[in-house]
Amino acid sequence: MFGLNAKDTRLLLIVIGLVVFAPFLMNPFPTDSGLAQFNAGYPDLMQRFVIFGIFAIGFNILFGLTGYLSFGHAAFLGAGSYAAVWMLKLLTINVIPAILISTLVAGAFALLIGFISLRRSGIYFSILTLAFAQMAFALAASVLTPITGGETGLQTALNDPRILDGAASGTGNIPAPALFGLEMRDSWDWVVGGWSFTFNAGYYLAGLFMIGAFYLSILIFRSPFGLMLKAIKTNQTRLNYTGLNSRPYTLAAFVISGMYAGLAGGLMASMDPLAGAERMQWTASGEVVLMAILGGAGTLIGPVLGAGFIKYFENIFSKINDNVLHQWFAFMPDGIENFLVTILHPFVGKGWHLTLGLVFMLVVIFLPGGLVEGGQRIGRLFSRKKKTDDSPNADTKPAE
Amino acid sequence: MGILEIKNVGKRFGGLQALSDVNLSVEENTVHAIIGPNGAGKSTLLNCLVGKLIPDTGSVTFQGQSLLGRKPHEINQMGVSRVFQTPEIFGDLTVLENVMIPCFAHRDGAFQMNAIRSVRHQNDIRESADQILTDVNMLEKRNMHAASLSRGDKRRLEMAMCLVQDPKLLLLDEPTAGMARADTNNTIDLLKEIKEKRDITMAIIEHDMHVVFSMAERITVLAQGTPLVEDTPENIKGHPKVREAYLGEAQV
Repeated sequence: MFGLNAKDTRLLLIVIGLVVFAPFLMNPFPTDSGLAQFNAGYPDLMQRFVIFGIFAIGFNILFGLTGYLSFGHAAFLGAGSYAAVWMLKLLTINVIPAILISTLVAGAFALLIGFISLRRSGIYFSILTLAFAQMAFALAASVLTPITGGETGLQTALNDPRILDGAASGTGNIPAPALFGLEMRDSWDWVVGGWSFTFNAGYYLAGLFMIGAFYLSILIFRSPFGLMLKAIKTNQTRLNYTGLNSRPYTLAAFVISGMYAGLAGGLMASMDPLAGAERMQWTASGEVVLMAILGGAGTLIGPVLGAGFIKYFENIFSKINDNVLHQWFAFMPDGIENFLVTILHPFVGKGWHLTLGLVFMLVVIFLPGGLVEGGQRIGRLFSRKKKTDDSPNADTKPAE
Repeated sequence: MGILEIKNVGKRFGGLQALSDVNLSVEENTVHAIIGPNGAGKSTLLNCLVGKLIPDTGSVTFQGQSLLGRKPHEINQMGVSRVFQTPEIFGDLTVLENVMIPCFAHRDGAFQMNAIRSVRHQNDIRESADQILTDVNMLEKRNMHAASLSRGDKRRLEMAMCLVQDPKLLLLDEPTAGMARADTNNTIDLLKEIKEKRDITMAIIEHDMHVVFSMAERITVLAQGTPLVEDTPENIKGHPKVREAYLGEAQV
């Protein structure tokens, strides 16, 4: 189906299912239960899951296939965000032009940076992209203030021209980004028993884009173009002696992944029309590297899992403070309760980075193929009998 | 006028004159062997042909067109394929994919943005890859990872990768180095068979005199960066200069 083989079709359907039913899957606990704080089914976070999913899928096309480790991808995300907010300010509050233009602007930006950075490979390439991204960040925060809003960031205002639908601001409120009148922040709550499920317009729009992005990445992975990118990772010299020019291949992969980042940035600005320079900072670039590696670089689903995992940690684990811990251990004698809370304190709340760091170390050391490899190992445990037909599959192989 | 003309080629690395005044002409549809002791400049000469090195002096022409200053992929697209001394393959990919890549390069040129169009239209490529793998007797290994092959198999795979491009000139850099005797003989048979089936010119660099004398039609002996003699195998065998160059090594 869709020009894919059975295995890829199944994977695509799983991703579609996850996106469609996320409001249920993310809210497994009743609202008034003690576990409700592990629910991640609120619009803001679900939007972030799919948007960072797109970002990571795009990054994986570059890093997972060609092995070129870019440390500056947040620059494209930021460029996309600014472009989208400007479209929302100048053109229309409709998000479609904003999303399209942000993708194109990031693509053009990636073409320029890629053309220069791809003259080098390995660590030098990484440093060049990092340098460019930090330059972009510093410029956005200082001298480019008229365009980027400087440190306060760029946002929509009441007196924006919006040449296509200026009338929309006549109500006296700053209009919210919308898709032909359907505001991105619109949500419907469905209360069933103790559960409450939220369906958000912006989330489903972003989810639709993520499904499209995922489908495109499957096509790229399975195409001759994707095969050449994998060959670049394995042995670039050999590829040149095989009659293929590796430069345009790496540049194309770089631009495609830059456009994915721009799309993610555009969607981010469409959900909340605010773009700040900190989106371009090197920590943001590093985060997407973590997502790809944690989930499994070079695999199709890995980056999506990695993005979800990290965003879940960032938003859920960070909310567990000492009070919550005291509630959990309330049934124990006071001394033990306090002792346990003291032990766990550095790992939760503001210390969530510590837990994430430990998980990341464990994954990299014991599961070099990321969470996907973990899943495969568990799968193999349960299907030992079918060992006769385990033909190697290059596409689910871990990255080195 | 041969298919490959090398004229007055010289190459210097710092204080070492690796090649000086090399003149060589490879006739079309022949097997031309280049032999010589270690350090004679054989590999340097080959690197000058495929665009890895640019000679300091002289000219290299293939079918009347200069090869100097061209990038490796451009030279390959002109019809020159090279088998490396140490097997250069795509270790992470399967044997079949290893052969499909040069096949795509041959059909689609140096760059093709075929991301979406041909996901399902790879069958013709896969068929020609399978055909070549049958020729080199590796069809049953098509789904193995190339890195897990034995050294001999890697060499055969590399040869398949060159042959699938149907090159006009095949450059072989010690194609049987490190092979067992049986594998060496298989390789000789394979190369002879290819030679019979197609219009192909081969230039072989080889240490193994058994291989050289069972295949070559012309032999050039290189010593200290210059051609010593060029002649037919029969005449080379008893040549006193060759014996001298190889010192002891020439009990052929």
